[in-house]
Amino acid sequence: MTQPPTESGVALATSPSTPQAPITVKRGMWGSGPSDVSGYNGLVTPVYAPGPAQRPYGGWFDEVADRLESLVDAITDENIVIDRDEMTVNVPREHLLEVVQQCRDDAWLRFEMCVSVSGVHYPDQAGSELHVALHLLSMTHNRRLRLEVTCPESDPHVPSVVSVYPMADWHERETWDMFGVIFDGHPHLTRILMPDDWIGHPQRKDYPLGGVPIEFKGAQVPPPDERRSY
Amino acid sequence: MSETMETTYVAHGGDWDEIVEAQRTHGDETLVINMGPQHPSTHGVLRLEVEMDGETVTSVRPGIGFLHTGIEKQMEYRTFAQGSTLVTRMDYIVPMFNEVTYCLAVEKLLGITVPERANVMRVLVMELNRMANHFVAMGTGGMELGALTMMTIGFREREMILDFFEALCGTRMNHGYVRPGGVSIDLPDNGLAQLRTVIEWMHKHVPEYAGFCNENPIFKGRMQGVATMNLSQCMALGVSGPPLRATGYPWDLRRDQPYCGYETYDFDVITWDTGDAYGRFRVRLQELWESLKIIEQCYERLEKTTGDPVMVDDPKIAWPAQLVVGPDGQGNSFAHVKHIMGESMEGLIHHFKTVTEGFRVPAGQVYQAIESPKGESGCHLVSDGGTRPYRCHFRDPGFNHLQSVPTLCEGGMLSDVVVGLASLDPVLGGVDR
Repeated sequence: MTQPPTESGVALATSPSTPQAPITVKRGMWGSGPSDVSGYNGLVTPVYAPGPAQRPYGGWFDEVADRLESLVDAITDENIVIDRDEMTVNVPREHLLEVVQQCRDDAWLRFEMCVSVSGVHYPDQAGSELHVALHLLSMTHNRRLRLEVTCPESDPHVPSVVSVYPMADWHERETWDMFGVIFDGHPHLTRILMPDDWIGHPQRKDYPLGGVPIEFKGAQVPPPDERRSY
Repeated sequence: MSETMETTYVAHGGDWDEIVEAQRTHGDETLVINMGPQHPSTHGVLRLEVEMDGETVTSVRPGIGFLHTGIEKQMEYRTFAQGSTLVTRMDYIVPMFNEVTYCLAVEKLLGITVPERANVMRVLVMELNRMANHFVAMGTGGMELGALTMMTIGFREREMILDFFEALCGTRMNHGYVRPGGVSIDLPDNGLAQLRTVIEWMHKHVPEYAGFCNENPIFKGRMQGVATMNLSQCMALGVSGPPLRATGYPWDLRRDQPYCGYETYDFDVITWDTGDAYGRFRVRLQELWESLKIIEQCYERLEKTTGDPVMVDDPKIAWPAQLVVGPDGQGNSFAHVKHIMGESMEGLIHHFKTVTEGFRVPAGQVYQAIESPKGESGCHLVSDGGTRPYRCHFRDPGFNHLQSVPTLCEGGMLSDVVVGLASLDPVLGGVDR
């Protein structure tokens, strides 16, 4: 259900039923770097993440979706994305704890483990710049589920799931360290990879990569973060 | 200073007796020891803050991040094909697993499947790498107990595998061998013969480990009942791999969520029922034989598929993979060079675009997990439709497992911390990324 981008930046008629902000907006032909004479400097290309899926989803997806929707009122079909044979549930952050509690404890869901927590920064997505993806694993049913939570940069708070999934402890600390997402209720939210007194959150898109230009005789190649991206 | 005076000792080497003597007068106090970051038995640069009451560990706090190199950030500024050479540097003991995890994630985003022979090559290098990892895990773990022979023979066997990797792709570590769409190059001309030598060598030498250790009373005395973790503790702490299987739970992603065609290979999932350091050792030891079984099946399949492609047939994704070593010692494909330089303008354009610009990957996100020798190795990969990963996060098993060090070690002796840590087999390059 990827939204096909158009050159004019106007969404096509097949856009998802709910208005969805583009995850990022690409400008020009090369992303960053110097202007060029191609005539495409004004090109604006919004990129959309896959939108809510249509039922039936197929496989075990319907079963899990039905169960989750019956247990948590806040979850509806609008929150469920099926893409590349993976199921994502977009959870409003105020309902995250309720959802993970049910995911772990309900016998029909029984996701025993939260194997990974990671963040993604979408600076163009106003109001939900920071995303947190929790990857759950059910060994009983042999399934994987992704929960995605968003929060604005101005209020980067997401409830911690450590009370339900103790193994998420370090993963949440890493996400705080790298993205500056504050996990409310985490027992010891400190930096884990960067030094304790570090300023800034390195995985955010506005945090520079650093690097120096490479010198050649008669030419200079800019550092990687200033080169063209396609 | 506060009323509770804290005494700090700085050890320069050779002055341990003085510290012990000085501490004797503070006998009722606990002693906080910084084990690492530069300590030979912390498997890299792990720091353990150990609080001791006499010889008993009352609390352990692991500190990581000393080897953080920002690989995930760096990847956001390189093409998808270049990502393979970056992820291989994460957990440097198992580079092939990092590469396969990443490439499977890219291929899932692209929606492509790789040729049969590429899958067999991937399984082959992964299983060889699994053996190499277990040799290092058992060897360094043994060395830390004083069983130095374990280390020398472990590295001897690993050397055979690294020699094979060198003959295959030119590097002993940090291969960049597995690429999105397949693998970078086919077996060399004498590849199968060399693989046969490796297999025979392993059949001859792998029994030595069991002979040295399995019933060795000193080894058992140090390992049995030490650093125990039962199934519910493993589930609570997200433990996977040999430590989980040592509790008796047969969870192996190769069998339960197969990838690369593992469902077509015949092998057993090894378990042990004690949940201690000795059980983890026995699981690893037996997994060597299972890996060897898979390698022999790969050998047969490689024999049958000689000459088949090892890279997906899509000029927009694939770099030439059927290379031969030229007189200059560099790998090259004369057919490909002839094609793009003399026959096809479009071929030249494709080549130029894939090499300089890279291939585009449709927007979306995936999570791909595989069974690395240490546990579940996962990759959360996000694309924004461009030629570079928008975000690539690696779920390293060691990162997750180090959380369980306090559970394993608190209440035990200081010497058991070393055993417990070695039984988890963390590699800090992967933990810190």
